[in-house]
Amino acid sequence: MAATTVFSSRSERGRGRETAARGATAQQSAERRRQIRRRSLRADFEGWGFVGPAMVIVLGLSVFPAVWAFLLSLQKWNGFSTPTNVGLANYATMITDGQLRAAVNHTVLYTALFVPTSVLLGLFLAVALNRRIVLVGIYRTAIFLPFVASAASTGILTTYLFNPQYGLVNNVLRVLGLPQQGWLENPSQAMVVITLMSLWGQAAFTTVIYLAALQDIPGELLEAARIDGANVWQSFWRVTFPQLAPVTVFVTIWQTIGAIQLFDLVYTTTRGGPLNATETIVYYMWKSAFKNLEFGYGSAVAYGLFAVTLIITIGVVLYSRRTKVEAF
Amino acid sequence: MSVLLSRVTPVPRARPARRSSSRWWHLLLAPIALLFALPFVQMFLTALTPASEINKFPPAFIPAHLTLDGFVRLFQTSGILLWMRNTIVVSGVGVLSHMVLCSLAGYGFARLRFRGRNLGFFAIVATIMIPTQLLMVPTYILFTRLGLIDTLGAAIVPWLASAFGIFLMRQFFLSLPAELEEAAMLDGCTRLQVFFRVVLPLARPALATLAIFTLLGSWNDLIWPLIAINNDQAFTLQLGITNFQGARRTDWSLLMAGNVVATLPLIAFFIAAQKQFLATMTFSGIKG
Repeated sequence: MAATTVFSSRSERGRGRETAARGATAQQSAERRRQIRRRSLRADFEGWGFVGPAMVIVLGLSVFPAVWAFLLSLQKWNGFSTPTNVGLANYATMITDGQLRAAVNHTVLYTALFVPTSVLLGLFLAVALNRRIVLVGIYRTAIFLPFVASAASTGILTTYLFNPQYGLVNNVLRVLGLPQQGWLENPSQAMVVITLMSLWGQAAFTTVIYLAALQDIPGELLEAARIDGANVWQSFWRVTFPQLAPVTVFVTIWQTIGAIQLFDLVYTTTRGGPLNATETIVYYMWKSAFKNLEFGYGSAVAYGLFAVTLIITIGVVLYSRRTKVEAF
Repeated sequence: MSVLLSRVTPVPRARPARRSSSRWWHLLLAPIALLFALPFVQMFLTALTPASEINKFPPAFIPAHLTLDGFVRLFQTSGILLWMRNTIVVSGVGVLSHMVLCSLAGYGFARLRFRGRNLGFFAIVATIMIPTQLLMVPTYILFTRLGLIDTLGAAIVPWLASAFGIFLMRQFFLSLPAELEEAAMLDGCTRLQVFFRVVLPLARPALATLAIFTLLGSWNDLIWPLIAINNDQAFTLQLGITNFQGARRTDWSLLMAGNVVATLPLIAFFIAAQKQFLATMTFSGIKG
């Protein structure tokens, strides 16, 4: 679309030049050219007047700090003293930093727990909600409503529900005669609890995307499968699911990028504990930069994360291109 | 592009299922819906439960009596009303500014011809790739130099405009026929007049999507205010209730009352405008 407008504006300018050439005197054509230039200056002024204010804010708060962050990542600086240039030392430190490696492991664990379950849950809920039955409106509202819960709110609810002494979850286990659990206070369970509550808050997102995609599947395809003798299960996995492939690729990337940036819910539940078991990459980055005031190192970690995000995105896009799944 | 925009409509109606199987879906869906509703139910119940009952062992599933004590303590001993005001200011300014600046820019990129337009739009779209974590340290330093740190301004400025908003509005304006605007121009309207009198009234669905996106993001934002604001006069609601967690760990009815105050506006809004919310979610997902 952009290309066509570029062409049309070019041809307009061309037309202007033609008319000018056909002008009777050189003076006339110079006058004409000046007019055109004035008009295009006015168009520039008007255009930038429209887009300028928003662009200053968006680029000023993204491109400018992003470049600055890169310069910072080459420095050692605590925000007060004079910064010293250390070259790539911060990046070198990252490779041998045991705490960072642990944070990467925790982030990978969370991503491995969260992404497949959120995609499958969304698919399942979308299929379940994609029918006209009584009460379906209420079911939808109940499942979608947690989407508006903030990380702060979810954090408070999590610490309450999973409280070992008086939390609802342990209370239910007690009534059922099952052993009490430590949940957020147990290093091997804390990440699972965070995953469960993330799913609670975000199931709506994958569900809504799949719901929209399910509506786009031509009814004839399912009809044909039924006529060929496929049962419900077969026609779902052989017809519906392949049709949803682009959406699945997209949702997987989206959820993965979100998952490797986990911070909020960790901050509002465990603050990285117990025994650092839930300290994620972004949490570690936040701690380095704003608790330990290592601005340079924090920026280097942020750039490392950015690089990983880019590689994952490009990798998945290339893979899906090769396997002919068009997600983008 | 028209494909993109067909998504900015409410979630489409479901295809009718065969009757015989519907009972089984209820058996599956009812418990799941209940499970999803449970945390919010607990939030409201706990906010209304007297402190003496919460710490009892074994805990009761349903409190014996209800009380508003938690809310009374909340309003008397904390700055919750001030924080509420702060959040309303942040979200209000953010939504208004998004609607004005992003639609102006979206319109400029969609309709006007000027030098540097394509490059400018490309730059905007490219910034969507930059993760916010990368920007926090330099933005913090920048805001310190501008004197914004520890003021409400620090929470407001990042929500004035966004790449996503510009992109959304541009896509929408591209889908509008240009004839109407051309006719208005021939009648002697200036561009700005055309924009405000002809174009904006037609952009209501896209503006609703933009407003909900901005409201949800700015109302719930935690990580940035956490970094930029350390002064409880400038706390947002999210920052305030997160701070309770450390300071009033044991006073659960007060904590949950704060949680209700911070969440109820969005819950009410979601129930009132569910279709618009779902359309926003679909669009913000499809945009990638």
